[in-house]
Amino acid sequence: MSAKIITITSGKGGVGKTTATANLGASLADLGYRVVCIDADIGLRNLDVVMGLENRIVYDLVDVVEGHCKLRQAMIRDKHLQDLFLIPAAQTRDKTAVSPQDMVRISDELRQEFDWVLIDSPAGIERGFRNALAPADLVLIITNPEVSAVRDADRIIGLIEAEEKGPGKLILNRVKPEMVRRGDMLATEDILDVLAIDLIGVIPEDEAILIATNRGLAASLDSKSIAGKAYRNIARRLNGEEVPFETLQGRDGFFGRISRLVRAGGER
Amino acid sequence: MSFFERLRIGRRGTAYTAKQRLQTVLVHDRSGLSPGRLEALKVDMIDTLSRHVEIDRGSVQLSLTKERDQQRLVADIPLASQRSRRRTT
Repeated sequence: MSAKIITITSGKGGVGKTTATANLGASLADLGYRVVCIDADIGLRNLDVVMGLENRIVYDLVDVVEGHCKLRQAMIRDKHLQDLFLIPAAQTRDKTAVSPQDMVRISDELRQEFDWVLIDSPAGIERGFRNALAPADLVLIITNPEVSAVRDADRIIGLIEAEEKGPGKLILNRVKPEMVRRGDMLATEDILDVLAIDLIGVIPEDEAILIATNRGLAASLDSKSIAGKAYRNIARRLNGEEVPFETLQGRDGFFGRISRLVRAGGER
Repeated sequence: MSFFERLRIGRRGTAYTAKQRLQTVLVHDRSGLSPGRLEALKVDMIDTLSRHVEIDRGSVQLSLTKERDQQRLVADIPLASQRSRRRTT
């Protein structure tokens, strides 16, 4: 086995890195792969609560780096998917407790045993981001359709290219199709045009994400969640499958419905 | 674009404004030239050029543009023509 190492990053905080890591991890494991997720956000760990494993932590990433435990001892098995694991971040230390070389060494060790290693990067462009980037075979940049998030994504794309880890692929998160239709939210094409990067998935805004996070479950395992489905599709694309991009249908309002009727009539 | 879509887009949404603003801010971010430094560069450039040729200082335009991967600093420097000089003196 030789795992592919994927780093999920964004520049800006709060755009969905941790949620994306948890959902992609669960989706890939659900496809039958052995997956390990590493929380690289030392001092502000959260992947443990999003995955619902916060009560099972004994050792963490810093314990591994400092030799307090074996790598295997820091791996927590998921409650539902037996081939999904988490290596949690330390909560009481800071980013300097780990170096980019440590991350490369740990990732190389995990490569032997897993199909996928997913690294949840912290926000920002400093040491924590450098740590998360160092071992990456592929970088996924996640952003929201907001000016500030897209700007930070552009900055991070530049840094990834400078480290020769590019070009990376984009996940556009929290899209509200109705707002896009009204012209009040940047459309996927606008963002791709500005960032000049390949797209790997568009995640619609979905209450199921918060509900799943409340419970410590992955929305991607909820067959009714539209965001969960979008994550499952990204997992399949990572796996090399050709999955067409979803067309996000929002409610159109009066004019939209009429215009669709007119168009349908015209096509006949 | 259908008639009805055009009708709805008649009021240009705020996404349009967002994209325009993003493009401007990214051109500056990527070049490392903030609007303030660009202005300072313009003043220096006008001073240097003025030592060699008489230019219409108020109409000089200096802007950053982006064409695909290439960032470009574009200067438009109108010379003070004989005619306009005569008018001002």
